[in-house]
Amino acid sequence: MEGRINIPVGDWIEAGVDWILDNLEPALDGIAWFLGLLTNSFEGALLAIPAWLLVLALVGLSWWRVSWRFGIFAILALGLILGMDLWEPTIKTLSLVLAATAVALAIGMPVGVAMARSDWVEASIRPVLDLMQTMPPFVYLIPAAIFFGLGTVPGAIATVVFCMPPVVRLTNLGIRQVNREQIEAGLAFGCNRRQLLTKIQLPLAMPSIMAGINQTIMLALSMVVIASMIGAGGLGNTVLTGIQRLDVGLGFEGGLGVVILAILLDRITQSVGRRRKASS
Amino acid sequence: MEPIIRVRELYKVFGPNPQEGLRLIEDGLDKDTIFERTGNTVGVKDCNLDIAEGEIFVVMGLSGSGKSTLVRLLNRLIEPTAGTVEVRGRDVTRMSQRDLIRLRSEDLAMVFQSFALMPHKTVIDNAALGLEIAGVGRARRRERAQEALDQVGLKAHARSYPDELSGGMQQRVGLARALATDPSIMLMDEAFSALDPLIRTEMQDRLLDLQREHRRTVVFISHDLDEAIRIGDRIAIMQGGEVVQVGTPKEIITHPANEYVRSFFHGVDITQVFQARDIMDSENIPVLDADTTAGEARNRIAHVPGNEAVIVDAGGRFQSVVQAKRLGELTLDRAASEVAVEVEPVPEDTALADLPRRAAQSPVSIPVVDGEGRFRGLVTLQRLVEALDRSRNAAAANGDY
Repeated sequence: MEGRINIPVGDWIEAGVDWILDNLEPALDGIAWFLGLLTNSFEGALLAIPAWLLVLALVGLSWWRVSWRFGIFAILALGLILGMDLWEPTIKTLSLVLAATAVALAIGMPVGVAMARSDWVEASIRPVLDLMQTMPPFVYLIPAAIFFGLGTVPGAIATVVFCMPPVVRLTNLGIRQVNREQIEAGLAFGCNRRQLLTKIQLPLAMPSIMAGINQTIMLALSMVVIASMIGAGGLGNTVLTGIQRLDVGLGFEGGLGVVILAILLDRITQSVGRRRKASS
Repeated sequence: MEPIIRVRELYKVFGPNPQEGLRLIEDGLDKDTIFERTGNTVGVKDCNLDIAEGEIFVVMGLSGSGKSTLVRLLNRLIEPTAGTVEVRGRDVTRMSQRDLIRLRSEDLAMVFQSFALMPHKTVIDNAALGLEIAGVGRARRRERAQEALDQVGLKAHARSYPDELSGGMQQRVGLARALATDPSIMLMDEAFSALDPLIRTEMQDRLLDLQREHRRTVVFISHDLDEAIRIGDRIAIMQGGEVVQVGTPKEIITHPANEYVRSFFHGVDITQVFQARDIMDSENIPVLDADTTAGEARNRIAHVPGNEAVIVDAGGRFQSVVQAKRLGELTLDRAASEVAVEVEPVPEDTALADLPRRAAQSPVSIPVVDGEGRFRGLVTLQRLVEALDRSRNAAAANGDY
């Protein structure tokens, strides 16, 4: 092995992590506190509602926003979850997804807007997004566990990092794709920079942004399952237990719960982007 | 009268180094050479225009001639490289951002080729966009947007969405959006070019109707000479970023500055441009009283090239036409009016296109009168044929006929 070049990237990362641990502890605590509060509030609120009422609300939403066929699917699917006695882990997973998505959108959309406004910002953010998307998701679990220990919060943090890129990319893309004459129309009628963004660019980019939000939610759901490896709980935990005990039935039940949640979230969020027409 | 828009030595060079491009223009290099050497594209070159208040000023040219760039320099959607644009004496090119925004929202409205409506807003909210941006309250702006929609004939579609309307109706929304802010200047960039020919004509008529109700200054970009002739008070023709000719439709057609200008005539119906007053003979026609004798009438006709005279009343109003050969039937002391032919005169703004039909029905030349019925001249058969022949040649200038 002598004479071979060895770039100690791993050592640098470890040194970086140590430095963050030594110097940024208050910031880490703050983030942990905030995310913990957010996920716990979602979970508390969703669990406080009786299961039948929440099922009814979800079915109603599916019926109204998607179609009556999808409403019937929602009844059967949610009935199955209740029947498999997976209601509580499903809600826990849902809360984590919602909390992580909320944070990802709060950070991701402004970043997307900044990228759309400046080629320089776009050029510097793009490699970061590439890195975030291609890094195997398990890798995020290690620093998350080191910084925040085990449990829901590190799971949520890893999820935020993993699910953010689509909304950033599609916000940027959506704004950049707005027709030149529509931008000119805004300017010609006297828009300032802020009005151009809020009255022209964001509304016209909305279909693209909604697609980004949908993708972010889907990625959050897939990451939440992985995050159960560091104790995030929820349906991922059910799957993990199935793996550990080599219990095919249990693993499949957990997996089915994830699939049902994914289908419901996907269809319902996709329908939000559609325009509600005034009845004529 | 002071022009409402005054453009002086305006240049726009696109590319990596506009100032270098500008220097090369001053050195006398042409557009293509400058692009080859520096990668800079000359958009508009040394443009000087005076646009009068209340006129429809059409800027014509082929695509790439710089006409769309020019109109965007007027409201500074594009920053000029050099030169000035004054609107009511204020230099737009040096205005602060704040003043520019106020000018755009109060005085300069724009209509776009692709309509550029907001698909997520209803028709009325689209029409109210300018007012919304200016911060006008919801109720007030809807009221004014509704008035603008009424003006363009879209009263009933206020609650529709743009994609539910036809192209012509969508552009009427675009027009209503511009009218809603009650601007004194409207910039129309190929506003009707995306529409079917029939709808286009209808929109041109609508624009002219709107002008009759409330005169605004309109700068209209077009690549269609027919359109320019129909609506334009004056036309500027652009070629390679330069304005090569400015004039009334008639001036442009009778004296095209070069072959490029002439090339636009192909397929254009020029007989709409010329009117009775342009081809009538007003000098060589003896004008007689009701009691002029046949002898005097023959004497007067003998002194002019033609063989007709007209009889007018005391107020100069046209009565009838007298032909030399009919006067021969009378003794010299009889009144010339006994053999005069009474025909219906035409107003002096009658289009050349409408005259041949009249000439075919009339036994004598066509008398032309002004608004009060006073005699102005005669359109003889010879003059009519000459004029038709000239316009056919103009239309065939490309040699395609």
